[in-house]
Amino acid sequence: MTTKPYIPLSSKLHDWVTTADHKKLGVMYILCGIFYLLVAGCEALMIRWQLAFPNNDILAPETFNAFFTMHGTTMIFLVGMPILLGAANYFVPLMIGARDMAFPRLNAFGFWLFFFGALLLYFSFLGGQGLTGEEGAPEVGWFAYAPLTSKTFSPGSATDYWIIALFVAGMGSIMTAINLVTTILTMRCKGMTMMKMPIFAWMMLVDACLILIALPTLTAIQIMLLLDRQYGAHFFDAQAGADPVIWQHLFWFFGHPEVYILILPAFAFVSEVTPVFSRKVLFGYPMMVVATVSIGFIAVGVWAHHMFATGLSPAVLSYFAGATFLIGVPTGMKIFNWIATIWGGHVRFDTPMLFAVGFIAMFTIGGLTGIMLAVVPMDWQLTDTYFVVGHFHFVLFGGLLFAIFSGFYYWFPKVTGKMLNETIGKWQFWFIFVGFVLTFGPMHFSGFEGMPRRIYTYMPNRGLEMYNMLSSIGAGVQVVGIVLFIYNIIASLYKGKPAGDDPWDAWTLEWSTTSPPPPWNYAELPSIASRRPLWDIKHPEDPDWEYE
Amino acid sequence: MSKQTQANPIPKMLPPGHVGMMSVITTEIFFFASLIVVYLAYIGKSISGPTPEELLSLGLVSINTVALLASSATVVLALKALRCNNHTRFLQWLAATVLLGAWFLVGTAIEWTSLIGDDHFTLQTNLFGTTFYTLVGFHAFHVTFGVCALSFIWFCGFMGWIQEKHHQNIEYVSWYWHFVDTVWIAVFLVVYVIGR
Repeated sequence: MTTKPYIPLSSKLHDWVTTADHKKLGVMYILCGIFYLLVAGCEALMIRWQLAFPNNDILAPETFNAFFTMHGTTMIFLVGMPILLGAANYFVPLMIGARDMAFPRLNAFGFWLFFFGALLLYFSFLGGQGLTGEEGAPEVGWFAYAPLTSKTFSPGSATDYWIIALFVAGMGSIMTAINLVTTILTMRCKGMTMMKMPIFAWMMLVDACLILIALPTLTAIQIMLLLDRQYGAHFFDAQAGADPVIWQHLFWFFGHPEVYILILPAFAFVSEVTPVFSRKVLFGYPMMVVATVSIGFIAVGVWAHHMFATGLSPAVLSYFAGATFLIGVPTGMKIFNWIATIWGGHVRFDTPMLFAVGFIAMFTIGGLTGIMLAVVPMDWQLTDTYFVVGHFHFVLFGGLLFAIFSGFYYWFPKVTGKMLNETIGKWQFWFIFVGFVLTFGPMHFSGFEGMPRRIYTYMPNRGLEMYNMLSSIGAGVQVVGIVLFIYNIIASLYKGKPAGDDPWDAWTLEWSTTSPPPPWNYAELPSIASRRPLWDIKHPEDPDWEYE
Repeated sequence: MSKQTQANPIPKMLPPGHVGMMSVITTEIFFFASLIVVYLAYIGKSISGPTPEELLSLGLVSINTVALLASSATVVLALKALRCNNHTRFLQWLAATVLLGAWFLVGTAIEWTSLIGDDHFTLQTNLFGTTFYTLVGFHAFHVTFGVCALSFIWFCGFMGWIQEKHHQNIEYVSWYWHFVDTVWIAVFLVVYVIGR
């Protein structure tokens, strides 16, 4: 019997701060993501509290603006991005049978850029006043349309913090993307050809390529905006002859691929979870790869569907509407592939699978309302209403966050060596699910009734009270789910069931090593012959490679 | 049938440095593409003068362009000498590259000094000034970075520190240098040919 040597806290901390290990960096990314999920969740709760009653005055109009700006920016850049990069960091090397990422120190640098970028954004609450004494925290909306962002309309330093924070965090994401592309293309284990890679790695590869294409545009326009605000340049200054709509074009050239950057990892989680819990191979692996790559290509050509109301020419409108319909095709292929994977399987409804099925259903609804909004006349009617808010929350909450929970319950045993509690997990699922539908379902109807987004209040007797009250009650129900989630993590870390190496009887390489994996991942680098290497080991009489 | 009977070929994969460097260049291409698109969109949109026709002349910038393009050739020759282990030749061609790059920067500095000092034309003057200084400036910033990297390699070579294992990394710096030159061709065409 060995006793653990005593390690002082400072030395443990030093270990984490100086680490270049992909697993530790991945865990830190995900912890940051969960932390900011709670922060941005609180901001959303304040918004829902303000909107629960007509003519409510819990929040001042400026504070309301700051809260929805920070809620959106935080959820996208400080929750979605770190969780997906963290998951990619942790599992890509394990899944492709490598010991670490291609450039471990670049990896650490990317994480710390993200970390300090995030701090900068939140420092705006304190430092945003600058020398002018204006309100802290940016109030420009997460897409910060010009000319609202000019010095005239947004005085103070809050917007500058927003610019620099996203610039710094964005550089970190680019570095991690470089690392991911390189790792996936050059460090796969023996036998792992491109078409034998786990689908997770394929989706992360396309995801990283999209980051390489989309993020530099964000960097460029943030620099332009900073030059405008600080050095008297005229990039978005209509009085100097500039066209503020250029900001929208460039922002959405980044912003729309960003939506796919966020949702492709969700697809990746669900594509790993559904086969394992249906006890079947993923249906149509090659088609899944084709669909992912085509989503990658089409995603960079649909940005102006966010701008249908800006007076684009009919030809441009038709193209972007068409391209947006087109991207529904590969996305639909994936949904059918997941359903076909589940079809006829011995389905086990453990928590990861519950969330995965919830994802498929809710994401389909979010996708369909997206197709509705791609119809130009429909969009003219509904643009900037709560219908749009409902739509993208079905995509990013019902889609991304459900998939994150699914992946979290699936891989938590691998990362910590402890199982999460299944009973609490199921309660959490139902609270989140019911709360989610109750919050965002009615938004479609209040949107149809004409309720504009981003306005701090609404008048009574316009048919909006019930929908808003339902949404706010739903937000409260979700709080219970989130509290259960946090409790489950902490409780399971201390007294969770030991997981063993392979608690789900899964097939990808990460389940062949110990839980948690040793710093070197594999004592001997694996060699594989099929897409399900662990199946081959467990069933030598009927290995997969005979059929692939 | 056991697993060993299956031949698990090692997949043909590029060295990590190749893919990493190409990813860096890809992301840089999209960065410059954004700046160039904005420049193109704003040609002739300035409400007040001066205009590009009044300010920009092809004389000095043509010499600069020739210098920068020539530096792409000299860096190729330097790498060739390095591969043949001709150390003196390598240092000579590399020095030529650094000097040509520095020449380009000095030329840009002369042009800017005259624009700012004599014509009082700055980033704030008008929309043209804003886009001109940002696009040309970011390119010059990348050239500066490249000149520093190449000088560092030259210094290491001069001190005799370069070994066989460093050759590949030196080649990656040359890729970056070619990229910076290629961007200049685009910037030159956009600013001095189409925009004038």
